[in-house]
Amino acid sequence: MVFARVQTNDFSQQALYDELCGGAVSQGAGAIVTFTGLVRDFNAQGGIQGIELEYYPGMTESALNALLTQASQRFDIVDAGIIHRVGKLANHAQIVWVGTASQHREQAFLAATFIMDMLKQSVPIWKKEWQGDQATWVVAKTNDDKAAMRWLSENQDNACD
Amino acid sequence: MVTVKFFAQVREIAGVDSLTISLPQPPTIAALRTQLMRQSAALNDALQGNVLMAHNQTLCNGETKLNEHDEVAFFPPVTGG
Repeated sequence: MVFARVQTNDFSQQALYDELCGGAVSQGAGAIVTFTGLVRDFNAQGGIQGIELEYYPGMTESALNALLTQASQRFDIVDAGIIHRVGKLANHAQIVWVGTASQHREQAFLAATFIMDMLKQSVPIWKKEWQGDQATWVVAKTNDDKAAMRWLSENQDNACD
Repeated sequence: MVTVKFFAQVREIAGVDSLTISLPQPPTIAALRTQLMRQSAALNDALQGNVLMAHNQTLCNGETKLNEHDEVAFFPPVTGG
């Protein structure tokens, strides 16, 4: 029942919640965790005027689906979904949504964190930030690498240090 | 022939979105990268340093073997989310 989509248009958190919940409750879900990422209006150099996201059609969708499969194998979740927007986005716009459903909250929280950490390291999407009429590619952050490496170096039993 | 795609700043520096190239010898991604870097100054600059590689839309390393009609992509570390 998992779903992963790449789209230019905005999304409704309520509609996605309903989509996730619809499949999950009949499978015993008692916890839904969702995360929404927004465009910040600043970077380390000052204010920005929106971002632009590029992706690899085909590979990006399969990488998102592979991530949901990994999350389902690693955590005790009954359903999960990811939506990632691409193209030009204004400050404060919604960029990404992740939702997970499980019988109890802990696995849903862990799975959502795992999906976001791994997405930032392994899914082919690239951001450019606009400052005036200049656009600069965002450089991958070492903190994001560390967040992802944490999952790769830990076993499943103590993934929440 | 192999289809090669470029994304983000690698695409901008290369000055091209995609191209086709004959299967390199030996048929590996590393040999393909070296061959491309010899092809032009722009490709040489684009493929320097920390560039990720994908083979038929899966992340791979330089040892990966290539076959006719495969798709290869070069791009920078990802920054989504």
